[in-house]
Amino acid sequence: MQFMLLFSRQGKLRLQKWYVPLSDKERKKISRDLVQTILARKPKMCSFLEWRDLKIVYKRYASLYFCCAVEDQDNELITLEIIHRYVELLDKYFGSVCELDIIFNFEKAYFILDEFLLGGEAQETSKKNVLKAIEQADLLQEVRLLTDP
Amino acid sequence: MPAPIRLRELIRTIRTARTQAEEREMIQKECAAIRSSFREEDNTYRCRNVAKLLYMHMLGYPAHFGQLECLKLIASQKFTDKRIGYLGAMLLLDERQDVHLLMTNCIKNDLNHSTQYVQGLALCTLGCMGSSEMCRDLAGEVEKLLKTSNSYLRKKAALCAVHVIRKVPELMEMFLPATKNLLSEKNHGVLHTSVVLLTEMCERSPDMLLHFRKVCLLVPQLVRILKNLIMSGYSPEHDVSGISDPFLQVRILRLLRILGRSDDDSSEAMNDILAQVATNTETSKNVGNAILYETVLTIMDIKSESGLRVLAINILGRFLLNNDKNIRYVALTSLLKTVQTDHNAVQRHRSTIVDCLKDLDVSIKRRAMELSFALVNGNNIRGMMKELLYFLDSCDPEFKADCASGVFLAAEKYAPSKRWHIDTIMRVLTTAGSYVRDDSVPNLIQLITNSVEMHAYTVQRLYKALLDDISQQPLVQVSSWCIGEYGDLLVSGQCEEEEPIQVTEDEVLDVLEGLLVSNLSTPVTRGYSLTAIMKLSTRFSSVNRIKKVVSIYSSSIDVELQQRAVEYNALFKKYDHMRPALLERMPIMEKTASNGPTEIMQTNGETEPSVPDTKHLPLVTQPANQANDLLDLLGGNDVVPVIQTTLPTKPASAGGELLDLLGDLSLTGGPTVVPAPAPSVPVSQPPFLLDGLSSQPLFNDTSAAIPPMTAYSKNGLKIEFTFERANPNPNIAVITIHATNTTEADMTEFVFQAAVPKTFQLQLLSPSSNIVPALNQGSVTQVIRVLNPQKQQLRMRVKLTYTHKGSPVQDLAEVNNFPPQSWQ
Repeated sequence: MQFMLLFSRQGKLRLQKWYVPLSDKERKKISRDLVQTILARKPKMCSFLEWRDLKIVYKRYASLYFCCAVEDQDNELITLEIIHRYVELLDKYFGSVCELDIIFNFEKAYFILDEFLLGGEAQETSKKNVLKAIEQADLLQEVRLLTDP
Repeated sequence: MPAPIRLRELIRTIRTARTQAEEREMIQKECAAIRSSFREEDNTYRCRNVAKLLYMHMLGYPAHFGQLECLKLIASQKFTDKRIGYLGAMLLLDERQDVHLLMTNCIKNDLNHSTQYVQGLALCTLGCMGSSEMCRDLAGEVEKLLKTSNSYLRKKAALCAVHVIRKVPELMEMFLPATKNLLSEKNHGVLHTSVVLLTEMCERSPDMLLHFRKVCLLVPQLVRILKNLIMSGYSPEHDVSGISDPFLQVRILRLLRILGRSDDDSSEAMNDILAQVATNTETSKNVGNAILYETVLTIMDIKSESGLRVLAINILGRFLLNNDKNIRYVALTSLLKTVQTDHNAVQRHRSTIVDCLKDLDVSIKRRAMELSFALVNGNNIRGMMKELLYFLDSCDPEFKADCASGVFLAAEKYAPSKRWHIDTIMRVLTTAGSYVRDDSVPNLIQLITNSVEMHAYTVQRLYKALLDDISQQPLVQVSSWCIGEYGDLLVSGQCEEEEPIQVTEDEVLDVLEGLLVSNLSTPVTRGYSLTAIMKLSTRFSSVNRIKKVVSIYSSSIDVELQQRAVEYNALFKKYDHMRPALLERMPIMEKTASNGPTEIMQTNGETEPSVPDTKHLPLVTQPANQANDLLDLLGGNDVVPVIQTTLPTKPASAGGELLDLLGDLSLTGGPTVVPAPAPSVPVSQPPFLLDGLSSQPLFNDTSAAIPPMTAYSKNGLKIEFTFERANPNPNIAVITIHATNTTEADMTEFVFQAAVPKTFQLQLLSPSSNIVPALNQGSVTQVIRVLNPQKQQLRMRVKLTYTHKGSPVQDLAEVNNFPPQSWQ
């Protein structure tokens, strides 16, 4: 995966995870263009499109669009499953997640994503294990100081 | 100083802003507060401030002043700080920032931290955005962690290693020992990431691939794991809609694909499991289909036996019938990849594919169209063409040009009869006439000329079409030309194929004159009609009417029309004795064989390899055989490579089929001497008329509106450029080069290359020959098309190579003296 974007129906970015090195300016341009392209698509259209030289996989959940850019050899259908898994994780963590949860707790959304994907690939295929790790890490935040190595 | 406001508080406040300006004000105020807080080196609230900064960054505001603060957070001993610090680093510190490298030491320490969640943060950050230097420095640490027994860390280390290898491929070797027992893990996370790592290594290095295949015997191991996944009972932890760990299954299938590619033994070893997965996987949900999709891709790519391949194609056929359009899309894409190798199997699904032409989704329609054209053959041409023409009628404009070209190509290859061919062409011209490519007009004219027995039928049909609609220029042009050529057949009612219509000479002339005055006609079209009217002077008896028309236009404002009219006038007066000979029927045109490979069409769906544009106007010393020259191209994403084609025997790749034909058609190879046409010829110049009316098709007339120019003249070699506007796109200038040689020796192996600045696109068609005869006995002509959407001043750098008196000559020159009309 090259990047993942979450954005609202008005085109506001809620999360952006980049797995390729690009400058801020380039990222902004790509986000803007891609978001417009996807928002222009009709609801009945398929979830895949070719955009510039990338394969884009996107799916809308309620008011949020989840959009991934994958490489040529990547399986689009399993990418849809990856997106779905991420939504399930958010849902389990926040309890019936909605867009507001992600707006107000964006850093947690990132933490969850980083426990599920690393470098653009899935690192853990068990829902339970991802949530357990997040739970433990959250607990660590309560501890005043970590012990030194 | 009061405590800085909390993150959620800030988010709430900013969201109450009603205008962009209000939001900006709030943000600026908060940024100022954060800045002063940073200056005070406040440890307690640094984390909160950076978090707020990250939020504002996501809204699009600059946050670079927080970069160093992220580093401080990473170095802190509080987990909360580290978490936010690393997040900030991943968002703000891409590898182009100088600050980036400063992270290296922190990450190194954290990779060795006693708390696995800290180690996890470090691995994640490194694996997500570590630069090559960082990867080099820290690869050893990652390798160590790859061997740990802690599966939480091991899985992260594996993906981190993937990133390191991508950044610094030479480091791949050092990870090899650690991969030894990765697959004996029970933990699915480790298994999955290990398979990803092995895939990366095998893809990058053929040696690694061989090693894994032969020495480590990876295939049996993977087959075993996959089998266990399928056969094992319900496992709640990894279950997705009744399928056990589909993510892992898909990755294993992909690795098997790489291992089985071009290796018989491996392919055989995986045969059974592939068949098993293909037949037993649940297809009711997307997840099952995802696995089937990957299986099909693997089967098609390895050396599988034919039964398995048929099974795979049938799966794709079933996909085509699936309600889910994502599945249909994926099926069409895969079928497109396999249509060359497994043509017959794909043919069986032809009707389903053709049905997809009616799908509502644009991407599916495009795929279906490409696939349909690939499936057309001599047997199914009639049926397929019916469907495709119906599609052409109703499709979006973005498809029409490609579809029309595809239809022409297919019709040319497989037309069952001449009449069918002409009917098909007529259909395309009448339904999508304004979208056909400019070069199809001469192509069609040639086709019509060569179908001798169909002349009467053709001209009748075209005449009727003209009566209906004169707005589509290609149709009008072809029609006018035919009427001019075969008008006698039209009025004499000789048509055999269908009911001959009764039409008088006056009616025909009415129609042609109507074209001349109509606002819908472009200048080129007007030229066609005027010439057609003139030609009828030898075929019709109402010569006086024709004379009148011609004389009216000799004072036309349009210079091209004026010139033609004046010359035709002269033909009536001084050269009347020559008129019949000049205007007689065209001979059958030689069609050079340049039909290329069986690929009928390549459309926009396939991207061309984009060429790096390092310099402004680079030229390359490549032999003329290469179809994709590195001549200057547009940078950016919509690259259309310059197609420099060679002589007719070598077909161009990349969508150049039709244009290739044109290239051979529009230039006379060989015997006819074509001296460079002189500009603004005075009335008494028959050679000019001969130019336009003998074996060179009319469309090659120089447009007197743009004067020709001498682009190059040195050492006896002179190159002249003549111009014409392509129709219907006024942004394309069509330049014909005429190379002549005043020395006493021929210039052989003559190659002309050109490059243009970035904003232009250039296309070189094939030259008439590569020998420039000595002493001006002939010339080499070649057509260049330049797309100039920004109407910038045209400049060109040319490179000439040839052999003269035994020694090779090469020269570079700049051409800057283009007349303004050629690019305005």
